[in-house]
Amino acid sequence: MRKILLFLPLVMFLALGGVFYSQLGKDVNYMPSALVGKSVPDFTLVSLFDDELVTNADLPSTPYLINFWGTWCPACHIEHPFLNRLAQSGITIIGIDHKDQQALALQWLEEKGNPYQQVLMDEIGHFGLDMGITGAPETFVVDSNGVVAYRHQGEINEQNWPTMKEYLQ
Amino acid sequence: MFPEVGQFSLILSLFFALLLSILPLLGYWKGNRLLLSMAQPLTLIMSLLVLVSFVALSSAFLTDDFSVLYVAQNSNSQLPIWYKFSALWGSHEGSLLLWVLILCGWCTAVALKIRTLPLEIGPVVLAVLGTVCVGFLSFLLFTSSPFVRILPDVPADGGDLNPLLQDFGLIVHPPLLYMGYVGFAVAFAFAVTALITGNLNAAWARWARPWTAASWAFLTLGITLGSWWAYYELGWGGWWFWDPVENASFMPWLAGTALLHSLAVTEKRGVFKSWTVLLAIFTFSLSLLGAFLVRSGVLTSVHSFAADPTRGVFILGLLIVLVGGSLLLYAIRAAQVRSTVSLGLTGREAWLLMNNILLTVLTLTVLLGTLYPLLFDTLGLGKISVGAPYFNSVFTPIALLLIVLMAVGPLSKWHQTPTRLLLKPCGLAAMFSFGLSAVVVYCYEFGGLAFISLAVVFWVVVLSFSDWFSKVSAGTKGIIPRARQLPRNYYGMLLAHLGIAATLVGIVLVSVNSEESMLRLSPGDTAHIAGYEFQFDQMTRVTGPNYVSSKGQFTAYQNGRVVATLFPEKRFFTTRQQVMTEAALDAGLTRDLYVSLGEQIDESAWGVRIYVKSFVRWIWLGGLLMMAGGLLAALDKRYRKRAGA
Repeated sequence: MRKILLFLPLVMFLALGGVFYSQLGKDVNYMPSALVGKSVPDFTLVSLFDDELVTNADLPSTPYLINFWGTWCPACHIEHPFLNRLAQSGITIIGIDHKDQQALALQWLEEKGNPYQQVLMDEIGHFGLDMGITGAPETFVVDSNGVVAYRHQGEINEQNWPTMKEYLQ
Repeated sequence: MFPEVGQFSLILSLFFALLLSILPLLGYWKGNRLLLSMAQPLTLIMSLLVLVSFVALSSAFLTDDFSVLYVAQNSNSQLPIWYKFSALWGSHEGSLLLWVLILCGWCTAVALKIRTLPLEIGPVVLAVLGTVCVGFLSFLLFTSSPFVRILPDVPADGGDLNPLLQDFGLIVHPPLLYMGYVGFAVAFAFAVTALITGNLNAAWARWARPWTAASWAFLTLGITLGSWWAYYELGWGGWWFWDPVENASFMPWLAGTALLHSLAVTEKRGVFKSWTVLLAIFTFSLSLLGAFLVRSGVLTSVHSFAADPTRGVFILGLLIVLVGGSLLLYAIRAAQVRSTVSLGLTGREAWLLMNNILLTVLTLTVLLGTLYPLLFDTLGLGKISVGAPYFNSVFTPIALLLIVLMAVGPLSKWHQTPTRLLLKPCGLAAMFSFGLSAVVVYCYEFGGLAFISLAVVFWVVVLSFSDWFSKVSAGTKGIIPRARQLPRNYYGMLLAHLGIAATLVGIVLVSVNSEESMLRLSPGDTAHIAGYEFQFDQMTRVTGPNYVSSKGQFTAYQNGRVVATLFPEKRFFTTRQQVMTEAALDAGLTRDLYVSLGEQIDESAWGVRIYVKSFVRWIWLGGLLMMAGGLLAALDKRYRKRAGA
């Protein structure tokens, strides 16, 4: 019995080694969203340009992106030109101006161009909470049924766009 | 030219490490004295070659040789000279070279002290260390050589050192931490030697003790510095985050603490033998696990180096060979090193057994919390993360219990302790410490766990001093001569235990008595926090060697008197396009004033974090006491006797 017990540390260690092996090479930063497979949460937000109320019913019926941004967010500066290019190639992007001021946001879009089909103000950040974002920029791929297909944290760029594009069917 | 010399001498050192790992063992089995005697010179040559290689890489850094890829990635001609040197261990390859250099340093120390060991033991210890060296040298050479050149297109300048690492704390933190991690390789080598030779007696434990105490002291200092660095550099005033890599350094510390104590039992009473051996293996394995977690990219952490799966596979292989090999050896041989002496249930052995059980439970608690996300994901249950609440709620009660027992243990006697010897001092100490703690908590209106924790602190202090006093007051010689006769080992223990108490004071008070506020301030504004008045005087722009900075000036007043002027900064590092927060501190024994700049809100207003942290220094002061205790214990005269003397 004692003989077998002495092998216990070795066996436990080898099991742990197996766990480590299975984890090697995985992308540790990949964090799936709890929203994937669910509909976009209900919301009522104010449009940035005309102060009109906007709800889920006003969202596009074709696949589109929801992009959280803010003028306070340095990574959004870097992301913006790429969003402009996506918009030019015909991708529909809904912008959520997260925890920001209307005047600053309008000025930003004037200076850098507007890649968004609609921009909604999420001044207090409630919609961001509902979507479970951890920061900006953050982007969700929504399919034609209004169901979230994919979530991406951080800026979109040449490298990660192909992955996102696959979800945008 | 120099980088090639460095690479070549690394290859040579691997060759010598291979010889070192084979020849003395052959000598042991064949009973060949010549082969055994080669262990010492082989160790010295191997270490010298690694030193040459280290010097070669340092000179590449100091002379801005950007033809070396690693230098180009981690240094810059504008970098101040001391950061150019410390940039050597700013990333994976160089830090691994530092690791190997320190490993060789420990090997050299053992080799130079080899005469204190019996003739056939020392060379086997060195051979085991040689095997560890073979593992790390081949890891360095085959997957992560720091000497790779980028020729012929040499970049004009380097990519700069990560600004987070451009700091004094980071110059000294990794080397000290590695001193500790790698130092446990010596205890490991002793343990494996015991298994190979089947020779595990009191003398064995006596040899292993000073090495273990010294590595433990370095690891303690390394962790303390890391915590201090995180506090002032990360800009949010926390001192411990239960980050996977912090845990990776904490686990060998916990296991090493258990090892220190169980070695004492093995030396004095000849019990716990196979357990002590297992613990020595366990401690070093946890050091290796730390290296694996940082360098393989399986967990996210602020400390991680760039992930590379081939490196992960290699170091996992290394882990399997070293740890798996030694555990296999343990499984086969441990039955032969069983203890023969019976265990006294009321003796000091029993107290130290409790110590070992609790420390092992704590280690496993941290291990489980750290690896749980990995296990969870492997079983296909999804992604989770384990945060501070788990660690705080599971770790704290066990740690407090451990500290309570820690104060009683030294009062006990080996084998059997008369109950009255413990009952009276403990009873008095309990009344005193609960009473005093109640008064303090009532007067200052502390909440939470403060009452219990402070009582534990007083308990430790009172019992430590009463133990010391009972030792020096017995007999006729007078207090001072007797105090000087007590062994360093004893004072080491006393210091380390008081260090724990000091750290606990810091932890408790910083959590119950600190004020933190996040404010929007413009120059000219004032804020009142915890009895201090902070005035935001002005903002200036400053240009540093490789950054530009927005520098704030704050004056702190107490009762109308100026107590401190603070200069928090927001630095923009031009090469890496990275912004760094430099918090400003006014340190004090009873409180720290901490001002850190957040985002600029509009043209004049800034988000400012102002903390008044109570007794936070004591956390690290305790760490320093523990380190001093460890070193004192390592330098005890008893350990310096020669073999057979």
